[in-house]
Amino acid sequence: MATAEAIQQSTKTKPKPTKRMTGAEALVQILLEENVDMAFGYPGGAIMPVYDALYDHQDSINHVLARHEQGAIHMAQGYARANGKVGVCLATSGPGATNLITGIADAQIDSTPLVCITGQVPSALLGSDAFQECDVLGVSMPVTKWNFQITKAEEIPVALAKAFYLARSGRPGPVVIDITKDAQFEEFDFSYEKCTSLRSYTPKPKLDHSKVAEAAELINNAERPYVLFGQGVILGNAEKEFKQFIEKTGIPAAWTIMGLSALDTDHPLNVGMLGMHGNYGPNLLTNECDVLIAVGMRFDDRVTGNLDKYAKQAKVIHLEIDPAEIDKNVPADVPVLGDAKESLTELNKLVKPNSHEEWLQRFRECDKQEWDKVIEEELHPKSDVLSMGEVIRIINDVTGGDHILVTDVGQHQMVACRYTKFTRSKSNITSGGLGTMGFGLPAGIGAALGAPDRTVIAVVGDGGFQMTLQELATIYQTKAKVKVLLLNNEFLGMVRQWQQLFFEKRYSSTELINPDFQQVAKGFYIPTAKVTERDNLESAIEEFINYDGSYFLEVMVGKENNVFPMVPSGSGVAEIRLE
Amino acid sequence: MESEKQEYTITAYTENHVGLLHRITIIFTKRKINIESLTTSESEVEGIHRFTIAVTETEEQVIKVVKQIEKQVEVLKADYYKKKEVVQQELALYKISTESLTRGLDVERIVREHNARFLTIEEHFVVIEKSGFRRETVALFEELKPYGISEFVRSGRIAVSRERDGIGKDVEKILAEAAV
Repeated sequence: MATAEAIQQSTKTKPKPTKRMTGAEALVQILLEENVDMAFGYPGGAIMPVYDALYDHQDSINHVLARHEQGAIHMAQGYARANGKVGVCLATSGPGATNLITGIADAQIDSTPLVCITGQVPSALLGSDAFQECDVLGVSMPVTKWNFQITKAEEIPVALAKAFYLARSGRPGPVVIDITKDAQFEEFDFSYEKCTSLRSYTPKPKLDHSKVAEAAELINNAERPYVLFGQGVILGNAEKEFKQFIEKTGIPAAWTIMGLSALDTDHPLNVGMLGMHGNYGPNLLTNECDVLIAVGMRFDDRVTGNLDKYAKQAKVIHLEIDPAEIDKNVPADVPVLGDAKESLTELNKLVKPNSHEEWLQRFRECDKQEWDKVIEEELHPKSDVLSMGEVIRIINDVTGGDHILVTDVGQHQMVACRYTKFTRSKSNITSGGLGTMGFGLPAGIGAALGAPDRTVIAVVGDGGFQMTLQELATIYQTKAKVKVLLLNNEFLGMVRQWQQLFFEKRYSSTELINPDFQQVAKGFYIPTAKVTERDNLESAIEEFINYDGSYFLEVMVGKENNVFPMVPSGSGVAEIRLE
Repeated sequence: MESEKQEYTITAYTENHVGLLHRITIIFTKRKINIESLTTSESEVEGIHRFTIAVTETEEQVIKVVKQIEKQVEVLKADYYKKKEVVQQELALYKISTESLTRGLDVERIVREHNARFLTIEEHFVVIEKSGFRRETVALFEELKPYGISEFVRSGRIAVSRERDGIGKDVEKILAEAAV
C-alpha cells in the first residue's frame, strides 16, 4: 500500500492548484518551499534528473559539490548544527547512497535533522541487481528516523513533506528518501502542502504538570542538587530557560559533549564537562549529589561509566523529549516528558530561589586539584613540547570565545572541548555519539557555509584528517572560510593512549608515517603554515584566525601526551583518574 | 519488575506501510533478542495493522523494546503482556498419508481426542488442523508422529489481552484526536 494515497492517509492535506512538471522538477520546487538554500551532494547516474533540475535554480539553491558522499553528509550535518536548519544531502544510487551511511548513523545518534535524497535504479529494475542498485531502504533503516522509497512522481510531494517535518520536529534525526530514476523523469500534476502532523507520530509528549510539581518539590528540598545538560537544551532552543533555571535555583550545572556551548563557559554555575575525559569535580561529585537533574541528555556510557556505580545515592529527575530515553540507562525517579523549553518554563515557575554555596565550593576544590595535576601543565606547559591545550588557550585569547568549534574524533576532540571557551550556543559541532573519524573537516565546511558570519575553526588530528582530506578541494571550490587546525602528534593518539595505559605500550598500528601536510594543503591552494616551536605559536594562530578566508595551520604537538582526567572503561565516575 | 526471563507478548498497532516490518524487527536484532514468532494482520481498527510478537526476555528489556517500537514514526501504540495477561492461540496443520487413516481407527480417535479436525481428505494425504496452546499442538504432533507426518506447520502466536479494552481503544482515541 505504499502509494501516495497510503501515505496521504496519515497526513492532513487540502487540495491545492496543480502544475504539470517532472518528479525531479517537483523535488526542487519542494526544496524551495522548505526554504532550502543549500544542499550538499555528489551526482551520479540515478540522480541525474534531479541535478538537471537543480541547474535551473542555481541562484536559489547553492549545491555544494563534495569530493565523496561521506564528505557531503558531514557537511550537511555541520550546516544543520551551525544554523539549526535541516541539512539536505543528495547522492546517487548504490555506492553513492552507501557512502552516506556513516553520516546518517552519526546524525541519528546525535539527533541532527537531515533529509538525504538518494537516486535509485528505475523501478522496473528494482530487485534485478542492476548496475549501482542497492537496497538503500533496508540498509538505512536501522540508522534513520524514517525512510521511504518513491517509485511514482505523484508520491514525491507527500513523502518529501513528511521527510522535512519528521527530520526537524520532536527529537530531530535523519530521513532518507530514495527516488527511482523513472519517478524523477515522470510528469505529473504537482502541488505542495507542508506536513504539520501525522496521526502515528507524537513529536512532543504532552507535559504532565504533576511531574513538574514533583520535580520542583525534590529540587526545592535538595541540599546538593546537580544539573546535567545535553543537546536537548540546544535543539529545544531552551538556553535562556535553562540559564534562568540554574540561576534561580543556584544549582551547579555540568555538560555532556553534545550540550557544550548551551551555557557560557565562564558562567559561575557552569562546573564543566561530564564523562570519560570530563572534569574531575563533575564526575566525582555525581556520586555525592542528592538530586540529579538531567536535562535533554541520554546518559550515554561515556558520560556514566559503570552504571552500577553511577549516582546510586541520588534521586533522578529526567527532563526528556523522547520517551524511549526514560529509564533506558539510568532509572528516573521523576521523569518529565516534554520539550526542554516548555518543561523548564513550567519548572521555573515552581522552583524557589536558592543558592548552594557550600556545595558549589566542593566543585571549586576539585577544580583546584585538577588545575594543579592536569590543567596548568596542559595550558602552560613547562616542557618544550607543544601541548594541544596551549593551542586551544591561545585560540580562546584571540577569538574571545566567539567562534564555532568543529572537531574530529580523538584526543584533540577531548582537549578542544575541555578547554575551548564558548560565549554562544550552537557553537560546538562534534561527533559525540558515533565518534566518526573524518567528521571534522567536512562538518567544518558545512558549518562555515551555514554560519558565514561566524569564525569556524575545524580542529582535526592527523588520523581523522586523512580520512576525509579530499574535502580540501571543496574548500577551494566553495571558498568556505573554514579554518583548519591540524594538531599533529603523528599517532592515532587516543588509541595509543589506551595502548599505553591498558595494553602495556604495545603500539599496534597506531604510529602514522605521515605525508607532508603542508604540501597537501598547498596542492589544494589553501594558505598554510606549520608551527613546531612555541615562539611562533601565538603569531601563527593570530594569522590563522585573522586571515580572510580558509587557512590550514599545522601544529606539531607532543607525540605521547595523554588526555586526563580519565574514567577508565568499566570504572565508576568516582574512580576518575587525574594521572 | 520481574527480573527472570519469561514469555511476553508484544502488541503494536501500526500503519500498513512497506518496510515497517523490517523497522520493527531490527529493534530486536540490534539487541540480539530472538523473535519466537511474529504475526501481522489487520486489527479491529479500520486501516490499522497489528503486530503480535512473542519473545522470552526480561521485563526490563521488553519495556525498552516496546518503547523503541512505539518510537517508530508509523507505530501508533505498543504494549506488552505477561503470559497470564493474554488469551493466546496458535494454529497447526499436519499432513499425513491417507493410507495411515485406512489402517485402523487410531488416527480418527487421536484427532477427536485432541479436539482437532480434518481440514481436507485427498486421495494421497489428509490435512489435520488444530488450534490451541503450544503444548497442545505439540502433543498432537507427538501422537501423530508414528503415522508419518509429511508436513507440519504452526502459525505464530496470536493473542488478545484480558483487559476489558485492549490498546485498540487508545489507538481509536489517537485517531479521533488526529482527525480533529
